[in-house]
Amino acid sequence: MTTQRSDATTTTAPPPAGGAATPDASGPIGTGSRGTRILGLATLAGIALAAYLALVSSPDDENMGDVVRIIYIHVPIVVVAYVGCMITTLGSVMYLWKKSRWWDVTAAASAEIAMVTTALTLVVGMCWARPTWGVWWVWDARLTSTAMLLLLLLGYLAVRRIPAESGARSKRASIVGVLLLPNVIIVNRSVTWWRSLHQDTTILNTLQPKIHGDMAFALYLAIPVALMMFAWLLVHRWRLAWLEEEVLDHDLDQAITDRRAEAGFDARSTTVDIGEATS
Amino acid sequence: MFRDALLVAGKDLRVEARSRVALNQVAPFALLVLIMFAFALDPDSGVLSKATPGLYWVAVLFCAVLAIQRAFAIEAADGNRDALRLSGLEPAGIYLGKMAAIAAQLVILEVLLGLGVVLLYGTKTAGWALLVCTCLAATAGIAAAGTLYGVLAAGLRVRETLLPLLLLPVLSPVLIGSTRAFEAARNGTPGEGWPWVGLLAVFALTYTIFGAFGFGPLLEES
Amino acid sequence: MEPVVHLRSAVSLLGRFPALAGVDLDVDPGEIVLLQGPNGAGKTTLLRTLAGLLPVVSGTATVLGHDLRTDARAVRRRVGLLGHATMLYDELTVADNVRFWSRAAKARPADAEAALTELGLDGRLRDVAVARLSAGQRRRASIAVMVARRPELWLLDEPHAGLDAATRDVVDDLVRRAAASGATVVVASHELERATALAGRSVTIVGGVIPGPDEADPDGETAPPDPSPEVARVP
Repeated sequence: MTTQRSDATTTTAPPPAGGAATPDASGPIGTGSRGTRILGLATLAGIALAAYLALVSSPDDENMGDVVRIIYIHVPIVVVAYVGCMITTLGSVMYLWKKSRWWDVTAAASAEIAMVTTALTLVVGMCWARPTWGVWWVWDARLTSTAMLLLLLLGYLAVRRIPAESGARSKRASIVGVLLLPNVIIVNRSVTWWRSLHQDTTILNTLQPKIHGDMAFALYLAIPVALMMFAWLLVHRWRLAWLEEEVLDHDLDQAITDRRAEAGFDARSTTVDIGEATS
Repeated sequence: MFRDALLVAGKDLRVEARSRVALNQVAPFALLVLIMFAFALDPDSGVLSKATPGLYWVAVLFCAVLAIQRAFAIEAADGNRDALRLSGLEPAGIYLGKMAAIAAQLVILEVLLGLGVVLLYGTKTAGWALLVCTCLAATAGIAAAGTLYGVLAAGLRVRETLLPLLLLPVLSPVLIGSTRAFEAARNGTPGEGWPWVGLLAVFALTYTIFGAFGFGPLLEES
Repeated sequence: MEPVVHLRSAVSLLGRFPALAGVDLDVDPGEIVLLQGPNGAGKTTLLRTLAGLLPVVSGTATVLGHDLRTDARAVRRRVGLLGHATMLYDELTVADNVRFWSRAAKARPADAEAALTELGLDGRLRDVAVARLSAGQRRRASIAVMVARRPELWLLDEPHAGLDAATRDVVDDLVRRAAASGATVVVASHELERATALAGRSVTIVGGVIPGPDEADPDGETAPPDPSPEVARVP
């Protein structure tokens, strides 16, 4: 099966005939490549620019002062979290449909990054809440929904780590993954509806900053930069997971040969059919 | 498929009737939870009666986790999973059957909990139609999602801790919706509660469909 | 006539481990075949694979006309597997279990009753919960469940284990009658004397392999012990 990220194939050494239990010594020792180095540098440049715009050149908000600058991290990070979540669901659907390991690894890598960014969103949100409302946490729709998103992602990642055979694990994780986005939506709707019944929200509304002009520009730059960072992290995490799986899989021919050898039979060529079945 | 579902539901309920686990262990656990809430929330301060709808549904959810784990524990024994795969039963039918049996046990537990709440917390009940419909819709949703995640966790060494972690966040809309509906019934404003029953029904339907399709693949070895 | 079982170089996986690493096997309708081999050789895995429970990832594998690589589920309801597990609900009675499993398989109620009678379970034991039975009685109940379904292919894993001599005779009789009426039987057993008397021929599996006719047979280990000279045949 062909991979869309052509970089990946250039970084894996072709397995020696008969399959070796450990990667060839001349193979890659890292998951970097030319593509990711360029992406990484561009991301760093973007972060530097966004930081300058956010911290230095954009104006204060009339109500909140400097605290408003948190929005330049908070919004991009939560966008990344939701994008990651969507990719996980997409990857899970594709894995169940096409049985493609490529998509399974994508779903897993994306979920990890989404979990970290969701946790970060909550922390940043709490840093906003404290100076603004005097408390660390408010049960408003957005924060509560984000907390639920974190729990749903933690559940998915728990399934990814169960002590079971990898095909069983991938299938279970995919089913949880397919339901991830629908669950997030249902929980979101319920929580928003629930919190909208309470009048406290008007107080929160008066403290929402109006975004326009320079502030808008800084924000709209920060979002793509955050997505670039997400992409960079995703490629690396994906390659790591893929290489881990490759090491285990290329042993199948060897395992068959070994088993037959135990009983005194010659190795039999079975490689022709294996490819589809194990991916 | 429905014939298979009836057969499996009958079998599950017969197993429960003979072993009486739900009756002897889960129901007392429900009572225990109600008492623990009373200890924690001091009946004199009025918090307990204000919080009753929510506490009721939290207790239901805890009991549901136990009931679902039990429903799959009986299949874990001695090759029954293989036997189900060999049996010729349609997986979707097995799903609906197990879901129905879990739902039936939950309804009985809810009635018992309801009695407990009326007796122990002194709740006044009103808006019966809303209460009953809420219970039915919520139970269907809990059973539907629970059976799906139950079979997912079944057979794994970590199943006891994985199931609550997966299931309870997923059921949070059910908790929110059924609590709001119960509050509306208690406040005498049922009009506010019925939309929540709608949400519960949509949830139940969605998960029943997902579950019917997902159950078969999850029953396989890998 | 179409063979009931046709395997060529079949490879079957338990997770990533190739439990079957190249099996060649042909079984014709009405045959009773004895499967022998040391512990860990793959006897149980082969039976489970033939039942359609384990995936075949390489080679050819056809059972009862279904390709095991693509259509394994269709095989399941047509075979009967007697394994080490009882496949019974401990809390239910013998009669409940037989009734449930035979109705699940859409079998005839009369067959279920007949099975109970044949295995001596229609008296007092009918209404005893499986948990309260002895190991031998549980085995009989498992056999009754299988027999009631009237499978076309019987896959028996150590069917005589834990049974007294009289019940072993009952089992042998059931097997012979099933084969006579057209069912096919594969029996894995360490009880050489009884099993070879029952079986028409024997195959041996070693290290997950039953070699084909073109493969070298090292050390002559896979040569089956002849139950009688004219029926021995290495596939």
